[in-house]
Amino acid sequence: MTPLSQLFEKTRAENRAALIGYLPAGFPSQQECIDAITAMVEGGVDAIEIGFPYSDPVMDGPIIQAAADLSLSQGTGAREVFSTLSAITALGTPAVVMTYWNPIERYGVENFAKSISEAGGSGVITPDLTIEEAGPWRAAVKSEEINSIFVVAPSTKDERLAQVTAECSGFIYAASLMGVTGTRTTVSSSARDLVGRIRKVSSTPVAVGLGVSTRDQAHEVAQYADGVIVGSAFIRLLQESQSMGEGLIRVKELAQSLAEGVRR
Amino acid sequence: MTVNQSEIIGHFGPYGGRFVPEALIEALDSLTQAYEDAKADPTFAAELEYLHRTYTGRPSIITEVPRFAEHAGNARIILKREDLNHTGSHKINNVLGQALLVKRMGKKRIIAETGAGQHGVASATAAALMGLECVVYMGEEDTKRQSLNVARMKLLGAEVVPVTQGSKTLKDAINEAMRDWVTNVDTTHYLLGTVAGPHPFPTMVRDFHRIIGVEARAQVLELTGKLPDAVLACVGGGSNAIGIFHPFIDDASVRLIGLEAGGSGIASGKHAATISGGTPGVLHGTRSYVLQDENGQTVESHSISAGLDYPGVGPEHAYLSDIGRAEYQPITDDEAMEAFSLMSKTEGIIPAIETAHALAGAIKIGKELGSEATLLINFSGRGDKDVDTAARYFGIPL
Repeated sequence: MTPLSQLFEKTRAENRAALIGYLPAGFPSQQECIDAITAMVEGGVDAIEIGFPYSDPVMDGPIIQAAADLSLSQGTGAREVFSTLSAITALGTPAVVMTYWNPIERYGVENFAKSISEAGGSGVITPDLTIEEAGPWRAAVKSEEINSIFVVAPSTKDERLAQVTAECSGFIYAASLMGVTGTRTTVSSSARDLVGRIRKVSSTPVAVGLGVSTRDQAHEVAQYADGVIVGSAFIRLLQESQSMGEGLIRVKELAQSLAEGVRR
Repeated sequence: MTVNQSEIIGHFGPYGGRFVPEALIEALDSLTQAYEDAKADPTFAAELEYLHRTYTGRPSIITEVPRFAEHAGNARIILKREDLNHTGSHKINNVLGQALLVKRMGKKRIIAETGAGQHGVASATAAALMGLECVVYMGEEDTKRQSLNVARMKLLGAEVVPVTQGSKTLKDAINEAMRDWVTNVDTTHYLLGTVAGPHPFPTMVRDFHRIIGVEARAQVLELTGKLPDAVLACVGGGSNAIGIFHPFIDDASVRLIGLEAGGSGIASGKHAATISGGTPGVLHGTRSYVLQDENGQTVESHSISAGLDYPGVGPEHAYLSDIGRAEYQPITDDEAMEAFSLMSKTEGIIPAIETAHALAGAIKIGKELGSEATLLINFSGRGDKDVDTAARYFGIPL
C-alpha cells in the first residue's frame, strides 16, 4: 500500500477529508518550490502533487501556465521533478507527480514509473491520458506498485465513469467543473453530483480539484469528498508576494486555513 | 448505426488516438457519432455537394504551367487550383463539411484556431453562411504577419482572439481553443482546421479534403491519359496534402511527396519540418511526429509561412512516412520564396507562401525526373494574404 493510500485510510478514520496541495516543480525556483511545499506541509497539507511543467498545458488556466513557463525558462526537466519528489517524500509526506503524457512517453514509460518509485512517490496523475491509450502505463504502474490516478469530469457518462475509475488507485481525481484550473468564487454544484455518481461505481477515495481556493470551499467539498485539491491559490500567493519570505508565510497561513476547512 | 467509441479510436499504425482531458471524451464521441450518421445519410452528401458546386466553386480546375516547368527540368507540371475556391484556399472543403455537422448536432457556436488565417477566414465564412457564432484563436505573432486576414475575419462577423501565451503562434492558438472547448463543450464545436488532434479529426478532416485528390486524379487522367508520376503538396498539419494524396495511395506507381517548412534549414534548428526533423511524441491530442526536446517539451517552430509554422503534423502522414508510402522533404524559406517569385512571374499566379513550398519541391523533383515526368501539385492557396510578407522579403517598398 502506498503512503497515499495509507493517508486516505487515516483521514477516513479521522472523519475528515485529506488536503492535497499542488505546485509545479521548479516554481518559483527549484529550492523555493521545496521551501513552499515545506510551508504547505507545516500548515497542514496532507499530501503533495508535484507538477511536471509542460509547454502545452491544455487543462491549465493562466495562473498555472505562468508558473510552468517560469519554471521551464529555468530549465526544469525530469531530473528536477524527481529530485523535488525525493525531497518531499523525505519529509514523510505522501506525494504524487501530475504530468501531461508526452513527458512520460519521452522519458520512457517503464523508466518513469521506476523513477517515481525510487523517489518514494506514491503515483502519478495523468490528466490527458485516456484509458484507451493507457496499456503500457497500466503495466508499468502495476510492476512498480504505484498509484495510477486518472481525471474524470462532469461530462463523463456513467458507463465510462465505471471504466475509468476501475483503472484508478490511490484516489480518483474528480474535476469539479467543465473548464481549466484556476481559482473561482464558488465551487460548482456539478462536483457534488459527479462525486455521487462515482460512489455508485467505485469505492476508491475521491478527491475534488479545480477552482477550490478558500477555507469555506474546502469545508463544503469535504462534506462529500475524501480529498480536496488546491493548486492555483497557492501559486497566486507566491506570484503576488513581494518576497519569498512573505510568500512562505502566506502559503502556510492558507494551508492552515484550508486544513481547518477539510475537518468536518 | 451505433458506434461504441470506447472501442473505435482512430489509429494509423502507432500514431493517432486520443490524448485529451476526460472532459472532452463525450464531445469527441458525439462528434464521431454525428459524423458516422452523416456519412450514412445521402442527404448530407447531397447538401455538401450542393454547397461545393454553388458556393465553393467546385470542381476546381487544373492548370498546366509550361513556362514555370522550364525551370523544373521541363517536366509536365499540373496545378490543382484550390486557390480558386471561395475564400482562397483548400480550407473551405473541411469547414463546410464540419459546419453542416454542427447544424446536425444543434450547436450554435464554433471556435477555430488559425495560423495563416486561411482556416480562420474559411470558418468565419461558414459561420456567416449558417448563422453560427464564431470565435477564432490566433497567435499574436500571426495576427501581425497576417493582419489582412484578421480584418477579413472581423468583416465576416467573427471575433478574433489574439493568443499571447508561449510562442504566440498556431500551437498556442490550438492550446487556447482547446481550453475554450473544455469549458464550453456543451454549446460549442471545435472546428479544427487540420488533420491533427484527437480522433475523429484526422480521419474526418481528411475525408472532407479527399475531394481534391478525387477530382484531380480524374482530371489528370482525362488530360494526359495516365496517372502522374508524383503528387506534391506542402505539409504543415498536412490537410491539403492528405486530401490530394489519399485517393492515390493505392496507385503504387505514384510518388507522394510532402514538402515541409525547412525555415532556415534543418541544421539551424529554426524550422517547422516535423517529419524531417522531429521525433515521435504526443501533441494536441494525437501521437505523431513532434518537434520536442529531451524532456518532451514542444520546441518552437520557425517558418516564413504562418500556415506551416507548426511543431506537429497529422498522424496519418507520420504513418505514411514510416511505411515508406510517402516521402517528406524540407524546403527552406529562401527556396520557397524563389519558387513564389518564379510562379508569379512565369505564369501570372501568385501562390500562398505555404503553396510555394510545394512549388519549390516541384522544381527539385522535376529536375530529378526530367521532361518525361508528370507532376501534380496541390496549389493549396492564393498569395493575396502574403503580399505584405513577400514585398518585405523582396525589398519592395509598401
